[in-house]
Amino acid sequence: MYARISESDRLRDYIRETRLLQNRMFVAAAAVLLLMFVVLARLIYLQVLNQEHYLTLSQNNRISVVAIPPARGLIYDRNGVLLARNLPAFGLEVIPEQVADIEATLRALHEVVAISPADVKRFRRLLKQKRTTRGVLLRLRLSEEELARFAVNRPRFHGVDIVAGVTRDYPLGASTAHAVGYVGRISEDDLDQLGDSNYSGTTHIGKTGIEQAYEDVLHGTVGFEQIETNAQGHRLRILKRTPARAGRNLHLNIDMSLQQLAGQELGGNRGAVVALDPATGAVLALVSQPAFDPNPFVNGIEPGDYQALQSSPDQPLYNRALRGQYPPGSTIKPFVALAGLELGVTDAQRGTFCPGWFQLPGQERRYRDWKEEGHGVMDMTHAISESCDVYFYELAQRLGIDRMHNFLAQFGFGQKSAIDAPGELTGLLPSSAWKRRARNQPWFPGETVITGIGQGYMLATPLQLAVAAATLANRGVRMPPRIVSTIENPLTRNKLAQAALPPLYTVPSGKAANWDTVITGMTEVMHGERGTARGSGAGAAYRIAGKTGTAQVFGLKQDEKYDKDKVPLHLRDHGLFIAFAPVENPRIAIAVIVENGGSGSGAAAPIARKLMDHYLLPSVP
Amino acid sequence: MNIMEPGYNKPARGLAQKLHMDLPLLTGLLLLSAVGFVVLYSAGGQNEGLLLRHAMRLALGFGLMLMVAQVPPQRLQEAAPWLYGAALIMLAAVPLVGDQAKGAQRWLDLGVIRFQPSELMKLALPLLLARYLGRRRLPPGARRVLVCGAMIVIPVALIAKQPDLGTAVLIAGAGLFVLLLSGIRWWIIAGSALLAAVATPLLWHFLHDYQRTRLLIFLNPESDPLGAGYHITQSTIAIGSGGFTGKGWLNGTQSYLDFIPERTTDFVFAVYSEEFGLIGVLLLLALFTSVIARGLYIALRAPDHFTRLLAGSLTLSFSLYIFVNISMVSGLMPVVGVPLPLISYGGTALVTLMASFGMLMAIHTHPRKLV
Repeated sequence: MYARISESDRLRDYIRETRLLQNRMFVAAAAVLLLMFVVLARLIYLQVLNQEHYLTLSQNNRISVVAIPPARGLIYDRNGVLLARNLPAFGLEVIPEQVADIEATLRALHEVVAISPADVKRFRRLLKQKRTTRGVLLRLRLSEEELARFAVNRPRFHGVDIVAGVTRDYPLGASTAHAVGYVGRISEDDLDQLGDSNYSGTTHIGKTGIEQAYEDVLHGTVGFEQIETNAQGHRLRILKRTPARAGRNLHLNIDMSLQQLAGQELGGNRGAVVALDPATGAVLALVSQPAFDPNPFVNGIEPGDYQALQSSPDQPLYNRALRGQYPPGSTIKPFVALAGLELGVTDAQRGTFCPGWFQLPGQERRYRDWKEEGHGVMDMTHAISESCDVYFYELAQRLGIDRMHNFLAQFGFGQKSAIDAPGELTGLLPSSAWKRRARNQPWFPGETVITGIGQGYMLATPLQLAVAAATLANRGVRMPPRIVSTIENPLTRNKLAQAALPPLYTVPSGKAANWDTVITGMTEVMHGERGTARGSGAGAAYRIAGKTGTAQVFGLKQDEKYDKDKVPLHLRDHGLFIAFAPVENPRIAIAVIVENGGSGSGAAAPIARKLMDHYLLPSVP
Repeated sequence: MNIMEPGYNKPARGLAQKLHMDLPLLTGLLLLSAVGFVVLYSAGGQNEGLLLRHAMRLALGFGLMLMVAQVPPQRLQEAAPWLYGAALIMLAAVPLVGDQAKGAQRWLDLGVIRFQPSELMKLALPLLLARYLGRRRLPPGARRVLVCGAMIVIPVALIAKQPDLGTAVLIAGAGLFVLLLSGIRWWIIAGSALLAAVATPLLWHFLHDYQRTRLLIFLNPESDPLGAGYHITQSTIAIGSGGFTGKGWLNGTQSYLDFIPERTTDFVFAVYSEEFGLIGVLLLLALFTSVIARGLYIALRAPDHFTRLLAGSLTLSFSLYIFVNISMVSGLMPVVGVPLPLISYGGTALVTLMASFGMLMAIHTHPRKLV
């Protein structure tokens, strides 16, 4: 520092500089004095000139600002079926200023209406943070009986009032639970995150599904009333009023009749169905079974009921369509086949001999085909339609894990699909780099072999399988799945269409013939003489491309045989099926998973056929 | 010893001199603290625990003031670059390792204590600038003003990003006061002001939408009547209804009915004005003015440029806190989270403030050297 102080800085007129600094000090003192006078003038203005005005406001009349919560937007399916609505409901409100002894009042109220410990806890929390609303909500959704009982006892409860409000209702219950989601009471965490006055009067917020993802669209803008009240707390007049602006309505792509049919067809099984419009990515159905009734969640589900849902072995709260991660099994084969063609590793005509097992050179272990006696010589179309394992063991080995990983990633495996609903998982698309990173182990050749038939490390969600099928139907164009189609202004009924989204990714395709080969193989699955799902393809009025899959729940030892009847139900294989139709001009792509269903052809494919019939064929009156 | 200042080479008389305390300043601070206790007893709903915690915080502050007062100003000057450097490094580290509270990262966890680096910067910046300018020819030329500008802008930008706009403004103020006191030419001041006026719309262009709305509410609280605007309406009513004589201690209806937000911290002045009226306000402003006057007197009598600039800047920062707080509570200014020094409950800012008073006392009581 010293070195940089120049000669001219040392030769300075110290006296003159001091005088300059002292002058500035006087300027500063003058400025401070001036500001003191400004502040004082303001205080004189408030306290002397306008004391009367403010005294009136503070003593005789008190201004309170009351928030008017906006009406939440409604949710409709693609045909205008109402999925989420607001029903009138009555709640109980306490005005603390007018209640002498809150504890005694709570105890007395207990005899008139049911008040749960959770209600009391929330009430105390609201009481503490009370700021702009005068009344504090104690109970929501009073029953008619409670309403009547309170009306009779009303004189006993000064400062307790019935307030009219609305509550969210899902008329179709369980069938929309996983797709639409539900709202719940705003929690403290929510408040911390929101931190703005737009939620001043709001009691509920989207917790899951579309209700959560589109919270900002559905909620609307809060309104407020500035009310003058006298010392008794009675409203004298409204000084100022800004109405609330209702939230926007949502129209979904989901076809409720398809959604409900899927639920019926899955029946008592655990499983999931996702149906997409390949061209747009529109989600036509998104079902996870078993489901649950979302309505009790809106105003706080009883702890016992919640416990029952949570501890149920069928896990009804778990959204299998977005979060279930399953080995894709043989449904992966069309994509592996396409990889072989596109990367020039094989061609459509090349034959592979299937003796019923496959061996890596120099290794003992035999990788078995599902067909014990073998398929004989298989070309690609037949390998797909008959789901020959050995063909794909061999193809996978020649592709290698990393090329397979890179090709399959183009169809969305191992990554989020960018659907407009919260919570989807990524599945797992293994590679040698992944294994080194995650397990700190090298990749073994045998693991490549079983990845070729969708076993081993690989996991995919039902949504990912549907997206992959749709991408195949589109010949490489992968669209982001969309549950919401349009947002509607509830007053003008003007619909703001969601901007048509660009494809997420387009698989760079070499030859159309390669896609033809794979799609022909999948068409043979449904309509070929020895197709694995020919039973489900029979008699269709349109042509379907599909692929069955069976995912092992537990590993078989070398040469051990899987016997459906000897295995306990929860260890039985999962049945999987992906399809799109019509082949020539695909309008629906679908993925079905039936947990422990035994096989894809037996459990999953028939469901898909029914859904495609329902969607594609004109309904018979 | 300086023969021109006879008072300073006399041996230390009395306890106050030995402890490097400046009695007039100390008296002012103690009186203000006493007022603070009286108001807080009422504002806190007659809560003794709150008073006790406030007393502990004050004791910590006064203790720190006593310690800082023992440090000769020369040592402070030597330490300035190190303090500034350390504060800067910690500020840069906050986004990486800092604790998050209410969406803003301001705290650094040093194991034993949690610490706000921006508080250290409140002292380190004026120290560094006073040292830099005090050693060179005054008034500083345009090039040196730019160097000072950089010293100010870097920490201020880091703090504004946390985001803590209030503190950023106060620290920028502390830096600018040094520059203004150093005799910087009026045309540079006018030019910079003009430049800032031109740059503001450009800056607007780079803001996110949510930042714009926040800024608009900041400028016009009425647009958010349930949030910031509500605070202002209620605190203006409290002040105005106090009138000339006030409603009397413990009788403020606005505060007791919970209409005043943050009534023990940022809005404590509203409680005070409601209960003690204009008479009380005059007394409080007189006390504040006497402390400011003593600070400026110390700056005027300071032995060299460094101490002169430092004492002046610290005193003006203290005044700035007072003006910002009272203007905000009385509706002259948008709401910024700045407590009223020595009156508001607790706060880390109190401890920093007391350290700065320790510096003022050190400047006035340590024997001066010949330059």
